[in-house]
Amino acid sequence: MEVNQLQRTFLEYTAALFREGFLDSQFTQLYQLQDESNPKFVVEVVSLFFDDSERLINDLTRALDEPIVDFKKIDAHVHQLKGSSSSIGAHRVKNSCLPFRDFCEAQNTDGCLRCLQQVKQEYLLIKNKLEDLFQLEKQIVAAGGSTNLVEWML
Amino acid sequence: MGSECSSVVAEELHVLAVDDCLVDRKVIERLLKISSCKVTAVESGTRALQYLGLDGEKSSVGFDGLKVNLIMTDYSMPGMTGYELLKKIKSSSNLREIPVVIMSSEKVLARIDRCLEEGAEEFLVKPVKLSDVKRLRDIILRGDENDEKKGSRKRKLQDLSPTSSLARDLTPLKPASAASKQSRLKRPRLKNTD
Repeated sequence: MEVNQLQRTFLEYTAALFREGFLDSQFTQLYQLQDESNPKFVVEVVSLFFDDSERLINDLTRALDEPIVDFKKIDAHVHQLKGSSSSIGAHRVKNSCLPFRDFCEAQNTDGCLRCLQQVKQEYLLIKNKLEDLFQLEKQIVAAGGSTNLVEWML
Repeated sequence: MGSECSSVVAEELHVLAVDDCLVDRKVIERLLKISSCKVTAVESGTRALQYLGLDGEKSSVGFDGLKVNLIMTDYSMPGMTGYELLKKIKSSSNLREIPVVIMSSEKVLARIDRCLEEGAEEFLVKPVKLSDVKRLRDIILRGDENDEKKGSRKRKLQDLSPTSSLARDLTPLKPASAASKQSRLKRPRLKNTD
């Protein structure tokens, strides 16, 4: 596939992610921090986010499975997830953390379990979409195109 | 902040960033490096104090001999919060001159007031943006040289430095009223540009 077509696809895909609320402006900010001296910055930060999120989701699953649920600990995990998702612009993941914290405060296990499901879902969605996006980027670079396409959107 | 800033010769600030979240540490580190700052990123208040020399003997010089010009710390951290770290720094005779900026994802007015009252330079709402860092850098570099170009905003920042009597007068002992809030010229922009 030729470069221009790939770039168009990349832009359309990214625009859709913004439109559908999967990503917010913080994601664009990350591209502003990427340059020749740090060409893989976005992929690296997002990878950290994936690792961090998976760890937190596992911790949350375990914590909600305890006979006596430690809501303070759960709230702390959710707060972390909310923070890191916000830092990379994973808008829907961040939003899914908000009702979660409310249920923690209300010490409502069922509510928390439902929220955890929601969080997992949103996380998997954005993970797949970002992986697709980065795959596209790789193809663009391989075809000799520019990677800092998000500039076009700024 | 006096003599600290006049000794920043190469216009390159050394910033100590404190955040328990790895993703945030990576982002803030990049934000600072791209703004021509040297960065040391640590994961807790305890590590930050260790880096600064707990008893302040080395006077804002870290273990690797680099003077710290600015501390940026997350507010909500397990163990020692950013607020507690701020208090420890401001109560140390050797470290109190270092400007401290608090970062938080939660815009709680009482929290902001508390931090500013304790001597925080600024309260930044997360996620921190490049423009925030650039603005901070300018503020710290210009220091308190009476730079007329910066004009009234700078003078007001000086007037509201924690050590000035004017700041004491403005710091309410009762819960902050709307009037005293308006006089807080150091109040940071709370808008989130999403």
